[in-house]
Amino acid sequence: MGLRSHPLPITMLLKLEGITKRFGSLVANDHIDLEIRQGEIHALLGENGAGKSTLMNILYGLYTPDEGRIFWKGKEVKIRNPRHAIDLGIGMVHQHFMLIPVFTVAENITLGKEVTRNRFLDMNEARKRVEELSQRFGLEVNPDDRIESISVGQQQRVEILKALYRGAELLILDEPTAVLTPQEVEELGKIMKRLVAQGHTIIIITHKLKEVLHLADRVTVIRRGKKIATLDAAGQTEAELARLMVGRDVILTVDKEPAKPGKVVLEVKNLHAKNDRGVEAVRDVSFTVRAGEIVGIAGVDGNGQSELIACLTGLRKPTSGTVTVNGQDVTGQSPRRIRDAGVGHIPEDRQKRGLVLNFTVAENAALGDHRAFARRGWLSYQRMVDKAKEIISGFDVRPPRHDYLARSLSGGNQQKVIVGREILRNPDLMIAVQPTRGLDVGAIEFIHRNLVSERDAGRAILLVSLELDEIMNLADRILVMYKGQIVAEVPGHEATEEGLGLLMMGGSASA
Amino acid sequence: MTVAFGTILLTFIMATLRATTPLLLAALGGVFSERAGVVNIALEGIMLAGAWGAAYFSFISGSAWIGLLGAVFIGVIMAGLHAVASIKYYADQVVSGTAINLLAVGFTEFMLNRIWGQAGSSPEVASLPNIGPLNFMIYLAFILAIVSWVALYRTPWGLRLRSVGEHPLAADTLGIDVFKMRYAGVLLSGVLGGLAGASLSIGLLSRFVDGMSAGKGFIALAAMIFGKWNPLGAVGATLLFGASQSLSVIFQLMGIQGIPTQFFNMLPYVLTMLILAGFVGKSVAPAADGIPYRKTN
Ligand SMILES: Nc1ncnc2c1ncn2[C@@H]1O[C@H](COP(=O)(O)OP(=O)(O)OP(=O)(O)O)[C@@H](O)[C@H]1O
Ligand SMILES: [Mg+2]
Repeated sequence: MGLRSHPLPITMLLKLEGITKRFGSLVANDHIDLEIRQGEIHALLGENGAGKSTLMNILYGLYTPDEGRIFWKGKEVKIRNPRHAIDLGIGMVHQHFMLIPVFTVAENITLGKEVTRNRFLDMNEARKRVEELSQRFGLEVNPDDRIESISVGQQQRVEILKALYRGAELLILDEPTAVLTPQEVEELGKIMKRLVAQGHTIIIITHKLKEVLHLADRVTVIRRGKKIATLDAAGQTEAELARLMVGRDVILTVDKEPAKPGKVVLEVKNLHAKNDRGVEAVRDVSFTVRAGEIVGIAGVDGNGQSELIACLTGLRKPTSGTVTVNGQDVTGQSPRRIRDAGVGHIPEDRQKRGLVLNFTVAENAALGDHRAFARRGWLSYQRMVDKAKEIISGFDVRPPRHDYLARSLSGGNQQKVIVGREILRNPDLMIAVQPTRGLDVGAIEFIHRNLVSERDAGRAILLVSLELDEIMNLADRILVMYKGQIVAEVPGHEATEEGLGLLMMGGSASA
Repeated sequence: MTVAFGTILLTFIMATLRATTPLLLAALGGVFSERAGVVNIALEGIMLAGAWGAAYFSFISGSAWIGLLGAVFIGVIMAGLHAVASIKYYADQVVSGTAINLLAVGFTEFMLNRIWGQAGSSPEVASLPNIGPLNFMIYLAFILAIVSWVALYRTPWGLRLRSVGEHPLAADTLGIDVFKMRYAGVLLSGVLGGLAGASLSIGLLSRFVDGMSAGKGFIALAAMIFGKWNPLGAVGATLLFGASQSLSVIFQLMGIQGIPTQFFNMLPYVLTMLILAGFVGKSVAPAADGIPYRKTN
């Protein structure tokens, strides 16, 4: 699949030579050489914290390298700032959204390259262009929606459109698929192929090895800041790539015993809730999760999962219905009360809900349970540091520094801090939303094993994921959500990708 | 009573417009600065220094128009200090603003003495003309409010300015110069704060009086919040605050006693507290307001 013929002689679009970037004593990029050919899809692979985003941020002019040279179309360039990168023809979709929540989709896309008439903003024309663009690339957005009121998946689409709008020749996609549904990922794949056919070049960072094999022409693997190899994607296997990334063999599927469900821990009855626009998003949802089982919720993004979870965790008040945890009615209670009732939450948006980015890892370790870290009303830093160390060693956070600001951890390592914090609280019910979003294969393996052993220890786990693989791998029962309702329940071992896919689209096939 | 009613109403409207003008100009200044992400409590000091500048330049040149330019000049210098401290040196913006407020008090007192050899107030200087019944500055304030709204919401420049106050890193990744936009916002607040000062010394009066800003810069900030960081909102808010101040005058005229003037002076603040607490609609500050932007390199 990855093999394509190059009718023209291979030309080098971009060449990096000996790029080194240090953050204090940490070497994030260690003499990296990289060549990007005109018209290829080049995948960048590596564990969390390997230095992929750093390298791409250097290319985009956000960081200045300490050493090394960059050649763009054969000419040496010093990329001073993003403007310069954009002018050269480099576009980047960042791992963490660079969107302005209170602006509309159209405003976000055109910002910095606005559509004007007589020097005034012409939002009608801007809207039209965004619509055109979104149709041309099959990335559905509503130009008038405010970013804060659309789903993460839609936000991701806006990000991609933003880069396309600027007509980038080289498009850097830093984990663009981490939050997309399988259908959207497939769609993105088509878009990428189309872009390449039109002469664009793409660098894609992703942890999804299947995708890499499917899409990329060549692959470069980075491990702990150093380049390990650049390979043709054709002829590689997932296992081989995983081994190169992590430096050991990785088991890609989860072994688990059949579940032994115990007492009911979570009971949801006839729940209704509205979304931010006041439209009913959760409609008459009822289900239970028992101790010792993993219940997965599958569905295309935007079918009410976010609102459902928000109700269960206290971030949104349901309009009617009840939520019971351990026999205690927690409907409409505050997140604090719900946490105290024994609920852990790995949230969908780690930067907005999971962490305070300007706090250290230690301070983040105490979030939500700060009273447990106090002695006679005074915060005990020692306890926070101890907890942080426990998370860091237990969940392999890199670099292993409790005094690091959460902001300066790589995306995957931020995720590990949250997962570690929540698991170590030992909740009776764990609500895990996209728990492995942005994690590398090694870390996914680790967290999956952890969730399964939590289950075996008698915890109830509610798993929401857009990854069908993840749901099918982990869940003992799968609930399919469509248009705010639970339309089907499928036993985990009977589920197939096609069957679930159909149900998620509102079909009624027996899965 | 009925005969006097028309007169009283007219007096009330005139008093309201006069009270509104300096508040509105300063509130507009606050809008530009905070929309760009820099909290500007220095407005009080900028206004005071601007009032002095207007009187001084009017005094030495004999022209109120030169005085007006002088007010802008002084306002921009004061705001420039705040801009450099908070944008270039990542200073705490409240601390920097407070320092500038104190500086303005000391500076104007000193200059009052130095130049005119008297404490309390300057001699009479040329003041800006009236157009019809109202002073030039009153018209200017309302025109600038509309211009500000158009600039912020209908031009690419305004979109960019607002973007750096919301999410500077995102703006940066789109090639928008965050520092430049923030300087623009703060310096504009210097221009508008200076004008607000001029409206006091050479608009509504024709002399500089020691401490004549008298907390109006802070009321203007309250109005900016009340007006949801929007120029047109600021018009509404400052009119309301202006009206509540002139009510005390009217009540005196109408011979109503028993309500102390302090009550009316208190009203704007009470209203602001209510809106901040979310009782009267919701007013949300720009997300990155007050947070210095640092580049990682
Ligand atoms: N601004 C910064 N200050 C200090 N350290 C940083 C900063 N940015 C990144 N790092 C560190 O540099 C290393 C590389 O981070 P980077 O974000 O490039 O990783 P990554 O390969 O993109 O990982 P992930 O897959 O988790 O996104 C990490 O150890 C990270 O903690
Ligand atoms: Mg990254």
